[in-house]
Parts: sequence; C-alpha cells; structure tokens
Amino acid sequence: MELLSGAEMVVRSLRDEGVKFIYGYPGGALLHVYDAIFRQDDVTHVLVRHEQAAAHMADGYARATGKPGVVLVTSGPGATNTITGIATAYMDSIPMVVISGQVASHMVGTDAFQETDMVGISRPIVKHSFIVKDPREIPEIVKKAFYLAQTGRPGPVVIDIPKDMTNPAEKFEYSYPKKVKLRSYNPAVRGHSGQIRKALELLVEARRPIIYSGGGVIMGGAAKQLTELGKELGVPVTNTLMGLGGFPGTDRQFVGMLGMHGSYTANVAMHHADVVMCVGARFDDRVINGATKFCPNARIIHIDIDPASISKTIKADIPIVGPVDSVLTEMLAIAREHKLRPNADVLAAWWKQIDEWRGDGKLFPYDQGDGSIIKPQRVIETLWEVTKGDAYVTSDVGQHQMFAAQYYPFDKPNRWVNSGGLGTMGFGLPAAMGIQLHHPDAAVACVTGEGSIQMNIQELSTCLQYDLPVKIITLNNQALGMVRQWQDMQYNSRYSHSYMESLPDFIKLTESYGHVGMRVEKPEDLKSAMEEAFAQTKRLVFMDIRVDNTEHVYPMQIAGGSMRDMWLSKTERT
Amino acid sequence: MRHIISVLLENEPGALSRVVGLFSQRNYNIETLTVAATEDPTLSRLTLTTIGQEDVIEQITKNLNKLIEVVKLVNLSEGAHIERELMLVKIKATGAQRAEVKRTTDIFRGQIVDVTSSVYTVQLTGTSDKLDSFIEAVGPATVLEVVRTGVSGIARGDKVLSI
Repeated sequence: MELLSGAEMVVRSLRDEGVKFIYGYPGGALLHVYDAIFRQDDVTHVLVRHEQAAAHMADGYARATGKPGVVLVTSGPGATNTITGIATAYMDSIPMVVISGQVASHMVGTDAFQETDMVGISRPIVKHSFIVKDPREIPEIVKKAFYLAQTGRPGPVVIDIPKDMTNPAEKFEYSYPKKVKLRSYNPAVRGHSGQIRKALELLVEARRPIIYSGGGVIMGGAAKQLTELGKELGVPVTNTLMGLGGFPGTDRQFVGMLGMHGSYTANVAMHHADVVMCVGARFDDRVINGATKFCPNARIIHIDIDPASISKTIKADIPIVGPVDSVLTEMLAIAREHKLRPNADVLAAWWKQIDEWRGDGKLFPYDQGDGSIIKPQRVIETLWEVTKGDAYVTSDVGQHQMFAAQYYPFDKPNRWVNSGGLGTMGFGLPAAMGIQLHHPDAAVACVTGEGSIQMNIQELSTCLQYDLPVKIITLNNQALGMVRQWQDMQYNSRYSHSYMESLPDFIKLTESYGHVGMRVEKPEDLKSAMEEAFAQTKRLVFMDIRVDNTEHVYPMQIAGGSMRDMWLSKTERT
Repeated sequence: MRHIISVLLENEPGALSRVVGLFSQRNYNIETLTVAATEDPTLSRLTLTTIGQEDVIEQITKNLNKLIEVVKLVNLSEGAHIERELMLVKIKATGAQRAEVKRTTDIFRGQIVDVTSSVYTVQLTGTSDKLDSFIEAVGPATVLEVVRTGVSGIARGDKVLSI
C-alpha cells in the first residue's frame, strides 16, 4: 500500500472522488496541502481573488452539474470569508465540500495567529462538519463528506484540518474507501407507494389541480419526470424561483413563476386551486405570501426528500418523503398503468379559466415605454433571443434577478443559477465562472446590477487568468433598484442609501482587467450590441446597459394578503 | 405542553453543540438537558425537556433527526414512561426548623447526605413536580442552594431505545 502524508491524502482523496477542479486561496495553515497540489496534475486548483468567490464558484458548478463543488481555504480569515458562500449553498440545498485549514492541534484554543473556530462559526449553515484528529482518518472523512453533501437533501459539508495533520514528514498507508456508511444517516431512497397512489388519485379527481415545483426537482434530477408527468396529466405547472427549468418555460402548460414576483396567472391559479401538488419545494415565505390566507380551498400534496420540510409552514394532507425523481417515476407508472387522468371536461374548464387569467398570453406584461430609454425587461428578452434561450444564466440579487426569472423562460434544468434562499449579492459572477470553467464553450451570462457586481468584481482578474469568457449583463439603473422599489412603495420615496454615487467607469475597469467593455444607452443598439458580445466567444464582455431607473418589478404580492393579492403596476392592484 | 425527548447520539466531540445550537437557531426552548455516555461508549444518551405546541414538537423531532450524529430518538411523552430528576439542596437547619426539615425530608423519601450544625444537605429523587413540591414544603426562605440534574427518562414496559 502506498504511503502518503496527510497533505497528499487530501489531494489524492479528491482525485479518487473524481474531482477535477477545486477553488481556493492558499495561506499558512494549508501550505502543506498547497505543496501537495503543486506536485500533481490530476486536480486543478483555481485561484480566486477572495474566498467568498471560491465558495460561489463551487456552488455555480454544483448547480449546473448536480455534483458537489470543492473549496479549499486557509484558517482564520480564509475560512470566515467563505461563510456567506456556505450559507448561500445551505439555504438552496447545494452540495459542496469546504476544506479549511486550521492552526496546529496543540495551538487550537490559544487564540493563535489566524485561528478561528471554523466548525463553530459554520455550524448553523452546514449539513455536517468534521475536524481531522488523525491524518489516517482523512480518506474516510473526505468520502463521508462527499457522501453527505450529495445524498438526501444536499448541502455544504466542512472539513477542518489542523496544520499538523498534513505534516509532509509523516506518512501513512493510503487507501480511498469505495463506500461509507453512517449508522445515524439513512436518507429515504423511495417514497411510500400507498401515499403516492393516494396523491395521484387526489390530483386526477381535482377540479382545479396545479403542480408547484421547486429547486428539489432541479437538484434532484427530476425535471424529465416532472415534465412527463405534467404532460401525461395535462395540468398546469408553476415553478418557484429555484425551480425554473424544472418544467419547460415556453410550454403552454407552464403558467410562470409563482410567489412574490410571480405571474398573475400562477398566483391566481394557486389561490383558486383545490389540489396543490408541491414537488421539491418548501412553501417559502417569498412564495406563499403568508400561511394563514394561503390557498384557502386547496388540499396539499407535498413531496420532499426532507421530512422537516413537510408541514413546516403549510400542513400537508398527503405527505410523501422521498427522492422526487423516484416518486414521480412511480407516480407516472401508476398513472399510465391504471389510466388515471383528470376528467377531460373538468380539466378543459379549468384551462379555460386559466387562459382568461393569462389574457393575451404574456405571463409578464409590462409597459414598453416610448422607446427613448432601455427597459430592463427588454434587456432580458433580448438576451433570450440572442442566446436562443439556451444559455446558462446566473444572477445576483435584486430587480435584475426577478426580471431574469420572469423574462428568460428556461426550457432545461440547471440553466438558471441564482441565490434564491439567502439572496446573496455578489453571487452571480463567481457562479458564472464555476459554470464556464466546466462548460468552456457554452454561453454563460451573468445578469447583474451595478450594485451587485461590485460585491465580487475582483474576480474579473480570475477570469483573465483562467480564460473564462463570461458575459456580464449589467442592468445599470444607478440605484439599488429593489431597495428603491420598496422605498417607493413603503417609505414615500425616501431613498435612504439606495443609490450608487461615484460609480466607476465599468468599461475602463473591465479593460484594465484585460477584458472587453461595452456601454449601451439606446434601445435601438441593444440587440446588435448583445449579438456582438456573444459573438466574442473567447472573451469576457462586460455590458454596461443603462436602463430605466424608475422601473419596478411587477407583479408584487401585497404583504399580509393571499396569493392573489398583488400590485400589477404602480397604480393597479388586484 | 411539556415533552421529554430522549436521544441516542454519537459520542463524539461537537455532537452536543449541534443539538444545543439547533434549539437556539430555530428558537425552540430547552427546559432541562442531561447527557452522558451509555453502556456502549460510542453512544451518548441525551434527555431533554421542552415545551411547545404539537407542530413545534414535530419540527423539533424532525430537525433533531436531521442532525447527522443523532442515531435515534423517541418522544417519551407519547407513551407510558418513567421520569426522574435528582436534586441536592442545602437547607437552613437551626432550632425548631431542624426537626421540621428532617420530617419533611422523610415524608418525601429524601436523604440527608451532609450535616453541619446549621445546615442539612438533602438529596431527593423524583419527578420534577415532586422536587418543586419539596422546596415548597420546606419553605423557599430556608433554602440556601439548589442543584438539579434535569430530567432523565425511560419508557415503561418492553420498549427500548437502542440501535
């Protein structure tokens, strides 16, 4: 058996786990590991410019591929800088393994240089964490970390490694376990067949059924099953912000995203539904607009891998704990075998009603203006046209995020990558980089604002180093748009700290990082500029697009109301 | 309602802090908490009491089960069970009070485990209610110091919590 040091075991274990890229930043506590990285070629390390970006890169990769992303950071500030990234992954159930250096075991607890209790600080935002106490444990701990991160409800796992555990002078026998088992961890592998059958019967007997699906369908690899089931039954489907792409966004059966900025059609259909089947979603407060008035007439079917998600905020009438892909497969098989389908006349009446709500067919109508100024919604529509609806799109957080979710219909899963749960500004660019690294030839767009992009703009340097031709689509309204929207609506337009003074010249900034910058100010230039940007397949292009700074995101649900209570524009409400 | 939740936990560093962290993170309350290793040194047995509505208790047990180190748990309050708490209490014992404290201790089947000329230290075991009643009976004014272990519990009959 081969003899390896702890540092070498870390890197070898990652290789044996099939990891190609890790994202990180070196520092004292990790230098043995970085030396081991230097002396091999199997695992490529990507040097970011800030550790938060390393976590978001790993996260973006995980969301686009379904596999855990890997982060490597040193102790102290290296570790704490990843916290926002770990919390982002935790809130959206994204598989991730974060390896943090730690001061040597005998120094732990002495307030040593660059010491911080990483396991303690990260405890509420990880699925699990490990501290290495003996170098011989490293392969098994790495295996367990990957197993935990990607099975059951996925999530981030931290491995904290004191420096003495990686001492290059001490070598041990190395073998990477093929399998690990934890007696205390047994995620459900299939749903309860009786419950699945009952759920299907309830759904097909409903007069006004709707399927509402979330990020669980994306990360659970169940988009195909959801689409087949939806098609088989012919019922309307809505997706959460996290679930977009779980059902084809351009399909007639898709009634748009639901929730705070969901479509009128989706929210009203939810309100009137008599059976709601929730698949891999968690009745988030940004979706249900308050538990008391939510879907007053609906019976609830809830399919989720995590029992703690069920009946947390909305009580489920038929709970099904299990992986969404296998549950939906089983449900589809029962539907086909027993020809269980909604009554055609009943369903037609429901669709007639939905089509009335949908009106002219546009799920998100907006005022196009007089053509003198670029509308942010139009930018996203143009992005969709130019990329033929087939790009990977990441976003930061704010109005641009909602516009991207509303106006870029995703037909495929894992294409829309955003921080839905934590709402992390600065997420978009590094997430796009993580995706681009693994899909070098794909069109990857980061939809952002001039506020969000500045939260991780240093990563333009990383993009140059690793040739990452991300397209940065900045909806520049010179204000923190969503904050200002709330200030308009609730604070009598007192713009407390919601506008950005002293913006940099983004073109010069981009150029100084060695990339291409473009400024677009006129509506007539938008499409050609965007085509030009995406034609530069080898270059990062930063598009600084000046958009209407008075625009709000609509619909917007009214706090304290039900699903159907919404502002539809600045002056109209339901 | 008050619930007694009994947990088998991996006997590993950090496991307890995850349990305690969960309660503060999700705004659940812990009334009492006791923990010690079992006859199997790889496992700890943790007993906690908490107060909450049914839906909150359901979330507590679900979220405890989600912790990787939690091997198994049972809500003892859902069935017949025995609960015990141990208390050590120092009581002023001078003059006429001295005999009265002794009598009360006997009535509650407690033991005087340490004696000075002015103080009795009483050891008492029972349900939390019984311990409360004892303090009430001797009179809180005479009580100098109280140490309680928190509740331990076990199901009645054949039911066992083991792996």
